[in-house]
Amino acid sequence: MIELLAPALLAGLAVAVVAGPMGAFVVWRRMAFFGDTMANSALLGAALALALQVNLYLAVSAACLTVAVVLVGLQRQRQIADDTLLGIVAHITLALGVIALSLQDSVQVDLFAYLFGDLLAVGWSDVLALWAGAVLILALLVWQWRPLLSITVNEDLARVEGVAVTRTRLLLMLLLALLITGAIRTVGVLLITSLLVMPAAGGRRLAHTPEQMALFASLIGLAAVTLGLTLSWYANTPVGPSIVVTAALLFGLTLLRRPAS
Amino acid sequence: MTDALVTVDHAALTLGGQAVLEDVSLTLAPGRITTLIGPNGAGKSTLARLVLGLARPDRGRVVRRPGLTLGYMPQHLRVDESLPLTVDRFLWLAAPGRTGARRDALQRTGVAHLRRRAVRQLSGGEMQRVLLARALLRRPDLLVLDEPAQGVDVAGQDALYGLLGQVRDETGCGILLISHDLHLVMARTDEVVCLHHHVCCSGTPEAVSRDPAYQRLFGTHGMANLALYTHQHDHDHDLSGDVHGGQSHGGPHHRGHHHD
Repeated sequence: MIELLAPALLAGLAVAVVAGPMGAFVVWRRMAFFGDTMANSALLGAALALALQVNLYLAVSAACLTVAVVLVGLQRQRQIADDTLLGIVAHITLALGVIALSLQDSVQVDLFAYLFGDLLAVGWSDVLALWAGAVLILALLVWQWRPLLSITVNEDLARVEGVAVTRTRLLLMLLLALLITGAIRTVGVLLITSLLVMPAAGGRRLAHTPEQMALFASLIGLAAVTLGLTLSWYANTPVGPSIVVTAALLFGLTLLRRPAS
Repeated sequence: MTDALVTVDHAALTLGGQAVLEDVSLTLAPGRITTLIGPNGAGKSTLARLVLGLARPDRGRVVRRPGLTLGYMPQHLRVDESLPLTVDRFLWLAAPGRTGARRDALQRTGVAHLRRRAVRQLSGGEMQRVLLARALLRRPDLLVLDEPAQGVDVAGQDALYGLLGQVRDETGCGILLISHDLHLVMARTDEVVCLHHHVCCSGTPEAVSRDPAYQRLFGTHGMANLALYTHQHDHDHDLSGDVHGGQSHGGPHHRGHHHD
């Protein structure tokens, strides 16, 4: 059992540990819908990777990042409200992704795996890639923590105090794109937002500082992956959704506690 | 005025089809408190944003002295409910150095007891003082304060302006104050710039208060109060001595023009 589950568990943990702090930023900056939209565009990236015979991770990151940058550009206009715009782009990219994947007649594509993840299918090379990505993201987060937090609290003050606001915001997008790339083989593009939002929301109930919140979010995510995988093993339920349900239960538990300041 | 901190040179800015600033020039010098007054929507905050580099003029230019350190106290700052943030952590964002420096800055603005409090739980007046502490923490060459007296009672306002004068005297920094409430501010300032999309008049508080352009913009109601505080202003100077050049106090020196 352990030989079978080990890669799945390690892959899931790699995603969860990063989803903690990244989820905190998603919650603080109210980017949940934005993250969702980026995740949907990952499917388009996957289709592109198949059609052009390029590396899956590379194509997915590129697609997510492109959509993110285009979105930030489009949000400058004032004709369409931000959430309307996201609703439009999210579903255009999702639909185009599904169509593009269905056109790949030469390859058998498991759409379900991309959408809801297939943690049990990951191999050791995936685990290695995911942990490399996780370490990279965490290192960048630690290195740029103060500017990232500063622009989250107030962009004007950050700019006056010498923070390169645009560059920092782009970095956050890049990190989110990388994380979503990691999600496509593990929890799936439709479920990654929940793994971002729920642990962070739970962490908020327990934390007094931003760093505590990020840490608690990571811990909740790690627990959700471990327990979710166990649940899936014994109850024979799909892995991704099992993890999400576990995360929801853990979040529910934090609601029992009186919120921290 | 060769060592000006920031020079705004014939700047114009249109936002959303509306001319917010038209041909505005302004010079901010070290050790001088400049107060920007004008009715709501006159473009005061926008001019401050130009000075701070948060906005760019469509025409004209803004020149900042190289290596200038800015301190900014915005009109409002709301921290999202989802972000747990103590006052100490909030100050850390501006200056990650020693805890002692942050404690001193809070002491300075009279809110040392709030250091471990959540930013979200602060009252309006407390938030203003914390924001000022954050601005002071960076030892700015130029301090820009947008309506600093909001949510502060009269005694608190007096203390706040007293503190600004003190900071100026000690550090020699320049200060740009924005206000639409003239009474207390007038007594504490070296130069007043009366803005209504363009500079209506500028000069010493005494000179501006006599300017017809100013009187048309604010009516004579403010005048009676002003007299009272001008007296206080003189008194302050008797106590502290003439510490800051005084060229802007040397009589009814002022520039202005008439509206048609």
